[in-house]
Amino acid sequence: MTSISEQFGREDWSRFSSRQKWQRFAIFAVCALAIAWSITSIEVVWAWVWDSPGQMGDLFERMYPPDTTNLATILRVLWETVNIATFATAFAVLMSLPVAYLAAQNTTPNRATLWLGRLILVTSRSVNTIIWALLFVAIFGPGVVAGIVAIMFRSIGFIGKLLGEAIEEIDRRPVEALEATGASRFKVIVYAIVPQVMPTFWAVAILRWDINLRESTVLGLVGAGGIGIILQGAIDTFNWPEAATVLLAILVLVILGEIVSAFLRRRIL
Amino acid sequence: MLKITDLVKRYGGGDPVLKNLDLTIEGESVVSIIGSSGAGKSTLLRCINRLVEPSSGSIELNGTELTRLRGRSLRAARRKIGMVFQGFNLVDRLTVMENVQSGRLGYISTWAAVMRRYPKEDIRRAYELMERVGIAHYANTRADQLSGGERQRVGVVRALMQNPEILLADEPTASLDPKTSEQIMGLLRDLAGELKLPVLINIHNVTEAKEYTDRIVGMRYGRIIFDDRPASLDKEAMDRIYSGSPHADRSEDLRQAS
Repeated sequence: MTSISEQFGREDWSRFSSRQKWQRFAIFAVCALAIAWSITSIEVVWAWVWDSPGQMGDLFERMYPPDTTNLATILRVLWETVNIATFATAFAVLMSLPVAYLAAQNTTPNRATLWLGRLILVTSRSVNTIIWALLFVAIFGPGVVAGIVAIMFRSIGFIGKLLGEAIEEIDRRPVEALEATGASRFKVIVYAIVPQVMPTFWAVAILRWDINLRESTVLGLVGAGGIGIILQGAIDTFNWPEAATVLLAILVLVILGEIVSAFLRRRIL
Repeated sequence: MLKITDLVKRYGGGDPVLKNLDLTIEGESVVSIIGSSGAGKSTLLRCINRLVEPSSGSIELNGTELTRLRGRSLRAARRKIGMVFQGFNLVDRLTVMENVQSGRLGYISTWAAVMRRYPKEDIRRAYELMERVGIAHYANTRADQLSGGERQRVGVVRALMQNPEILLADEPTASLDPKTSEQIMGLLRDLAGELKLPVLINIHNVTEAKEYTDRIVGMRYGRIIFDDRPASLDKEAMDRIYSGSPHADRSEDLRQAS
């Protein structure tokens, strides 16, 4: 230990001791080695990587100008995509309400229901929308229904988790006050808990609609309806000008969705 | 009449917070409970409406034994016990009228509660009480728009909407400025007289306790060590109530036990 008198008049100072410096350098070296090792182990065909700028320009040339002969069909299917996202979000919101109720520690009736709620959340969230879609295409056959159910299943976990956390973070005091008036459990939830989670509820629902809009554009790649089917058809037939139109249409849709959800957020919250 | 006999409350396996406590409140008196923090005032009040579960003993309100009630009968008993809180405990995002009507939740149907279709006589009574405490013009205002004093008035009206047989107030003025605090204390005293309602108030402000209440109960670490008219609360009694600390009291108990 250095005393204050020894510290006084010193001109050298460093943030880390030399031992710490060596430690930090070692950690950095290990990270760099790990990255280098992972790059060599994934068998990249370097010739193709160096070739890619040329390929990109080539693809762009083949795409330009975008072919709008099928624009009417593309827009119709794009609207179908919006509907998939909207219906799926609406159903998911409804179905996530009881799940959130079960998964929140302060509202769930008992430990068994808590774990049931959490199990539903984890199952829903750990499976990607595309995997859900593959599953439901096998069950419902290709088409819009499989897409809606797939997005719904993924969304229940997302909305339920965030809503459940909002329920756990509420102010307990109004709940206590209403319990003291002799109100039943259900009335306490309606009067003391629901008003407190309402802002989160709307924010999460809008955010999930925004995400679902993007996810529903790729559902068609596995045959679950939406614009993805046309995109894949165009790519498979090397119809690059049409693929360009579809990509541009998706871009415009996503931007529009962003604008709408920003507007809703401002109005509601 | 509220009759508390041999009440014990211990949290977990620790020392009891309330030790064999006896207290009887008759008629329409306004009683204040004073004592340092940790003396068990809040726990005592919360045992009465069972927001805290008593460990043993008996609490009787107008002939009903409260300590063994469960489910529906507990809720029916709670309807008859109004409570006012230090932090007001309003639902901020609801209107003043909805907050006030939530005092009737124990009486109305679930459907009426969800749809906000309150009975006409409840609405009339709400307006009367809000007029009485001076917040009627806020009926459609969200609760979080109000000042502290106004919010506590909403809390008082919510409790009175229950048509209670007793009113409990847990440090109702501790979050308010001195002037507003006196207004609320005056209001509680006047309403107790008008509605013929016994009121039990936990309070830190001894001056207010002396001025606004008929009887003062002094608690020190789980026991009642003073119970008399305000005029009898002299310096010696004050010292006995407020001297020492809960910790010192605890070690004293341990010494006696060993």
